[in-house]
Amino acid sequence: MSNKVEKINIKAALTLATTTLLGCHNLAQAETAETDTWEFDTAFLVYSEVDRVNAGEAILNAKKTFDDDKILNLKLTVDALTGASANGAVAQPTVQTFTRPSGNGQYQIKAGDIPLDDTFHDTRVQFNGQWTQPIASNLTASGGVHISKEYDYLSLGVNGNFSVDFDRKNSTISAGFSYFQDTFTPEGGIPKPLASMLIGDSSAPTWDDEFIKTRIGTEDDKTTTDILLGFTQVINRRMLMQFNYSYSIVDGYLNDPFKVVSIVEGSNENNSGVTQDVIYESRPDSRVKQSIYAQSMYHFDSTVLDISYRYMWDDWKINSHTIDSRFRIPMGDSLGKESYLQPHFRFYQQSAADFYRPFLIDDNTLPTFVSADYRIGEMTAFTVGLKYGMLINNGNELAFRLEYYRQTSTDAGFNKFGALNDVELYPTIDAIIAQVTYSF
Amino acid sequence: MKTKMKLTLLVPLIVSATGCASLGVEPWERDLLAKDEMSLNASPLDSALDDHIYFSKEASSGGKSFGGGGCGCN
Repeated sequence: MSNKVEKINIKAALTLATTTLLGCHNLAQAETAETDTWEFDTAFLVYSEVDRVNAGEAILNAKKTFDDDKILNLKLTVDALTGASANGAVAQPTVQTFTRPSGNGQYQIKAGDIPLDDTFHDTRVQFNGQWTQPIASNLTASGGVHISKEYDYLSLGVNGNFSVDFDRKNSTISAGFSYFQDTFTPEGGIPKPLASMLIGDSSAPTWDDEFIKTRIGTEDDKTTTDILLGFTQVINRRMLMQFNYSYSIVDGYLNDPFKVVSIVEGSNENNSGVTQDVIYESRPDSRVKQSIYAQSMYHFDSTVLDISYRYMWDDWKINSHTIDSRFRIPMGDSLGKESYLQPHFRFYQQSAADFYRPFLIDDNTLPTFVSADYRIGEMTAFTVGLKYGMLINNGNELAFRLEYYRQTSTDAGFNKFGALNDVELYPTIDAIIAQVTYSF
Repeated sequence: MKTKMKLTLLVPLIVSATGCASLGVEPWERDLLAKDEMSLNASPLDSALDDHIYFSKEASSGGKSFGGGGCGCN
């Protein structure tokens, strides 16, 4: 009984809060909305890498379906991130010192360790609003806005989508468009691409003047324009398929201001592999990505298989394969009312960007573009997980998800020599993902 | 002979690919397709959280839906 009272109160409070946010309902309407069709989905996720990044993310999604099939969807996301991330420099047999991205102080990395910058901590708040409605027989339109703000980053976005149903609604063609405008304002400013990281006595009176010389400004921005074309087909009573093609243009500041590249000794007979300099990365100021995506849902007698494949390629010469699959097994009332188990498996493989280098050699003149960011290097990753869901409190769904993610960077054919032979260049990242979802 | 064989193979292929009669269902046959778990995005919150993780850790994004911007994580 107490559960039920609490549930109604939460829902009433959220309904009121949501309608107040909308600013288009008065209190009386908000109160009557309690019995209307607001649906709330909530989720809390913890993402934890061994010795590295830890993140927590909470989502509150409110959806209202109106009588005439118009749908309003509002979503609030809050996440917090802390921990260490590889800065791109190579491990060395000696202690290394790096300047923090802000310019305030330095940090040291032990001999043999992969350099991690532990200054990462950020909190992000994101709001999404989406309105979907039929505009003619078999024609549906949708439009939405996106606002995301973190301490050093602002992202604003809009999107629109049209879909047409035909052949007894067995086939659907859709066309969508989205546009994002992002502004990056990192503490310490935007580093000058290919400039050497200033390392030394950060309390010296000349430090600030010297540090500012490695900066090109306080902020920079980028735009992302996406076009998404889709085709959905009901195959038969048990099977549904979707095919998408997407085209994405990203323009502007595409560097990661926190990433650097080591320049090692390798041009003379010594070939020591010892770091001579550390420079800020430099990426092109545009990227064109394309992908094809196919998904199939199949209902066996009681289980459901969801399997998808994505092939992505871009003009940085990265291409990737992603296979994602879920298999839902209903457990009846054996593990809770209408419970189910859902194993999840995901496989991901990507090739390196053509300007990716794990390090540079000191003989060459600097290339125009270079990055040692493992995220645009060659890698393989997989995820295995299990979701367990059940109905509680008159049909509200409670679900738990536990997953393990392993990402293995691989050598795309770069020669190692000297000190580099004794250190790890391509690390593995292990992460645990734990999530609770409650819908009411 | 070769052409004939190709045709023999091709014709059923085209017929099966374009034959509307064999694809799709009547409205009263949607009992399984109508289930929540048969929707293409059955768990949108899971998808949103996964997209954020993989967008931050890998060089690919989108495909199923918009790849977009939205965070300073990549």
